Amino acid sequence: MKTILYIIQKEFKQIFRNKGMLPIIFVLPLLQLVILSNAATFEVQHIKFGYIDNDHTSTSRALIERFNASTYFDVLTNFPSEAIASSEMLKGDVDVVLEIPHYFERDLQKEKHNSLGVTINAIDGAAAGVENVYLTQIIQNFNKQLKVDLTQLSDQQVQPTQIETIPLFWYNETLNYKTFMVPGILVLLVTMITLFLSGMNIVREKEVGTLEQINVTPIKKSQFIIGKLFPFWVIGMGLLTVGLILARLIFNVPMIGSLFLMYFYTSIYILVILGIGLFISNFTETQQQSMFIAWFFTVIFILMSGLFTPIESMPKWAQIVTEFNPIKYFVEVMRMVMLKGSGFTDILPQLLKTLLYALIMNGLAVWSYKKTT
Amino acid sequence: MNRFIGFVKKEFYHIFRDKRSLFILFGMPIAQILLFGFAITNEINNVDVAILDHSKDATTEEIINKIAASKYFNINQIIEKESDIETVFKKGKVKAVLNFEKDFSKNLIKDHKATIQIITDATDPNTANTISNFVNAILQKYQKQLNEKITITYQIVPESRMVYNPELKSVYMFVPGVMTIILMLVSAMMTSISITREKELGTMEILLVSPLKPIQVIVGKVFPYIFLSIINAIIIVVLSVFIFKMPVQGSLFLLAMVSILFIISALALGILISTISATQQTAMMISLMGLMLPVILLSGFIFPISSMPIPLQIISNIIPAKWFIIIIKGIMLKGVGIQFIWKETLILLGMTLFFMALSVKKYKIRLE
Repeated sequence: MKTILYIIQKEFKQIFRNKGMLPIIFVLPLLQLVILSNAATFEVQHIKFGYIDNDHTSTSRALIERFNASTYFDVLTNFPSEAIASSEMLKGDVDVVLEIPHYFERDLQKEKHNSLGVTINAIDGAAAGVENVYLTQIIQNFNKQLKVDLTQLSDQQVQPTQIETIPLFWYNETLNYKTFMVPGILVLLVTMITLFLSGMNIVREKEVGTLEQINVTPIKKSQFIIGKLFPFWVIGMGLLTVGLILARLIFNVPMIGSLFLMYFYTSIYILVILGIGLFISNFTETQQQSMFIAWFFTVIFILMSGLFTPIESMPKWAQIVTEFNPIKYFVEVMRMVMLKGSGFTDILPQLLKTLLYALIMNGLAVWSYKKTT
Repeated sequence: MNRFIGFVKKEFYHIFRDKRSLFILFGMPIAQILLFGFAITNEINNVDVAILDHSKDATTEEIINKIAASKYFNINQIIEKESDIETVFKKGKVKAVLNFEKDFSKNLIKDHKATIQIITDATDPNTANTISNFVNAILQKYQKQLNEKITITYQIVPESRMVYNPELKSVYMFVPGVMTIILMLVSAMMTSISITREKELGTMEILLVSPLKPIQVIVGKVFPYIFLSIINAIIIVVLSVFIFKMPVQGSLFLLAMVSILFIISALALGILISTISATQQTAMMISLMGLMLPVILLSGFIFPISSMPIPLQIISNIIPAKWFIIIIKGIMLKGVGIQFIWKETLILLGMTLFFMALSVKKYKIRLE
């Protein structure tokens, strides 16, 4: 036991002695949490909207006014011609162009039916779909208004059937994206810091040559590994704590569930990550290699975690692959417990899988670590 | 010159000897492109929903069938009472519950009006909102069927044309982003590591006392990585064109030139990082922790910049990746020439020169 304490002491001293690293471990992640959580939003707002009004009548102006009034669209300009509009779109200065044809009002009154040309920049397919929905909504509302303005009473004989929908957004009525992203990004930062630090640690001793010195001491394998990993476990838990405080104070993220459950889960989760880090550092020769491998898996884990994009939209085989992704479980648990107040039984499947993962990874890591070279 | 070539050769040996890093170096772009192309999408489909049907009549059944038939939804379970909603949400699988009021058909016939609650788990606001919109669209269509006999007066229909990406494939959006991330991180990380590595192992001293000029040392270090990054860029473009049918509308030559410019700017950033860090660990943490998330989040790769708060939009301007993404989207998808992207290219060039100047200024030829 005493031996372990000495190793832990040595590790902490090494961490705190490296003045260049301290801000990277403690300040950078929290700064990123505070700043970048604001950036992660799929909400489509301030759509750059332009129009070509070939009609110049009160109807066409009233329609444009609708777009002006909408909070989604930033109405830019009236383009004199289609050529200018499409060149502006090539430059990226406008994303949606509405073209009102000649004699729009006259034809509408005559035929009671007319169409508008809309061009949408669809490079971001998802955003383009949403933009199209907003635009259609505005035009539909405009149609209703037209009916009231232009229809004679005799037209309204049969009452149309109507199915009314009431959307209810539970747990997040204002659809605030930050409450969704902050727990996710916090998960990511805790993971990245603990994985990178543990992945580099032993391999660094190998590269510099001090590992040999430790190997010839009477320290046991398990003592060495526990002593090596414990400091990073503490750092991970510390980051989680500060991150949670920031989430509460700055972003006002609700914390409905039990804090104890969050900490309990995280304490097991960090073991998984440390196991992976140790495993990587056993199989690599240089810090560069170990970082490359850690980075490779981190990027794939992040992208497949459901943090930024929904897992259920992935094809079946990819969903099966995500079962092996520890970050996925952590993201799920954090969001469930913090935002919905899920209890122990709700997160039991994730908890058990994480526990199993931790046992396997640490078992492999201890097994593959050899005191002799 | 001979000395310099010898030095570059040494660097190449260093890189090719390390098979594991080399594997990651080329495996990474391939894995990411395939993942983004086949697995990851920001569209929403196959969402699990639950049904809470208080009336269980012909109309509600018809609506439920319509929901089930849509590719967006997957009816996971039927629940019986209000209190079950909370339970299914807490389990996390079901994202929405459709709650039909009592006597749905009867109300529809008698009052011409009936109500459905769309209760969504809005912990993910984007999914919740989209689900709500999709259900609404399905119901609107159904309602139109019911009202077929009534002629609707004055109808304006927008005819939307989706340009540059008519099938709304999300891979078109992701390929430029993946390319940017890989080039940025690989180039910056590798140069910063390889220079600090020499410092940490003490071999930098030997290089500094050698007759090679400091500038030759730096250029020699960076040169192999320019070469490797270009190969990476080629792999990415080839994969995206042949597997995902991503078009290259504009000039390939222009694309190549701008990519090389971006690679150089990332390498310059890597040199800068190496001048301010003493150990490989510091260099790596700066280039990984400091660059990875900002590049993913602030470059417009996944999240649209125009939706961010104004201060972040301003900050995003100093991320070279943002400008590069604009440029490659322009060249590949819109087919624009240099006259449309000269501004972005100049900004990128300016940044590159700035990074270079700063690292020359910070570069120490003496060890402490």
